[in-house]
Amino acid sequence: MNDMVTTQHLSPETVLAQMKKHGVTHVVWLPDSETNWLYLLMQAEPTLTLVAVSREGLAASIAAGLAAGGKKPLILIQNTGLMESGDSIRGWLLGLNIPVVLMVGLRGWTRHGVTQDTAAVYTERFLNAFNISYYLVESDADASRISVAFEEAEKTNRPVAVLVGDEYHGFMTK
Amino acid sequence: MFKTADMLNIFQKYRGDAIVVPGRGGRHWINISQKPKLDVPLGDPAMGGHCAFAFGLAMALPHRKVVLFDSEGDLQMSLGVLMSVAEQKPANFYHFMLDNECYATTGGQPVPNAKNVQYDLIAKGSGYPRAFAFDELDAFAKALPDILEQKGPVFVAMKVVPEVENEAIGQRKRWMTRTRTQAINDLRQELRIA
Repeated sequence: MNDMVTTQHLSPETVLAQMKKHGVTHVVWLPDSETNWLYLLMQAEPTLTLVAVSREGLAASIAAGLAAGGKKPLILIQNTGLMESGDSIRGWLLGLNIPVVLMVGLRGWTRHGVTQDTAAVYTERFLNAFNISYYLVESDADASRISVAFEEAEKTNRPVAVLVGDEYHGFMTK
Repeated sequence: MFKTADMLNIFQKYRGDAIVVPGRGGRHWINISQKPKLDVPLGDPAMGGHCAFAFGLAMALPHRKVVLFDSEGDLQMSLGVLMSVAEQKPANFYHFMLDNECYATTGGQPVPNAKNVQYDLIAKGSGYPRAFAFDELDAFAKALPDILEQKGPVFVAMKVVPEVENEAIGQRKRWMTRTRTQAINDLRQELRIA
């Protein structure tokens, strides 16, 4: 049963393990329905500082300051907020060459039928317009793509996005 | 109201080893600062983000004072950052704000409700434990040493004389002597940040 959970869904433990593997110190975030399952685990993790924002554009400039000071932030927001953050991403992340992963809840994403939610329709177009690389993760089997995003951000000194195409399905049973 | 340059000249005497993010005061601070490698003059990467950037820097470097010269136009654009700062309570963060009641770089049009906003009360209401407001330079100069000794986050609103620019942006004299990334790299080198 557990194998089913770990192979067909994206578990919060997997995402947290990736954060720890890549030395994330701060998660700058605004909750959303695709990544809300991370909250309890992140809150309990002593190596992480959670920095809550009230509008996603602030996450870009806070992350820029953290990175300038030698820390390793991760931005955790929804695609709706990603689009709201356009000028901040341009000026504070791309403009200052900030290597940071944006973990973006992909609201409206589906592999089946026609995508109805314009939040999903425009997400990839938005990232392409800013020339920001992105990697879709839908299950634990995609965990290595999160590593690829971290490595690419460091190598290129640019923001790289991880699009989370899955919602909460419950924590793994220990 | 007082002149930004006069205020910065007074601040310089008490700066110590603080990191300074001069924000909209950068054009003056660049000629006043005696420790440019501890300065992060960024011009305007994207309006509304100065406070968030300096706040991030303060969290990253908790053993070093970080002083920001924000503006009311920037802060109005991102008021929610006050709540994020207040929640994290960076004890090393000193948030000064230049209030000239207008968008000086676009020709001096008033910011919303320009003359009737009490930013110190907004900061206090957002959770900053200490907030001050000054419209006279003498009072500011007298209070400054004590303010910089207080535990952050501290908010200081200041009424300053508008320095309105009307030239086309492309024709304005550039005051930045380093690129943004060079300024950050210089700071990191000075602080030995890998």
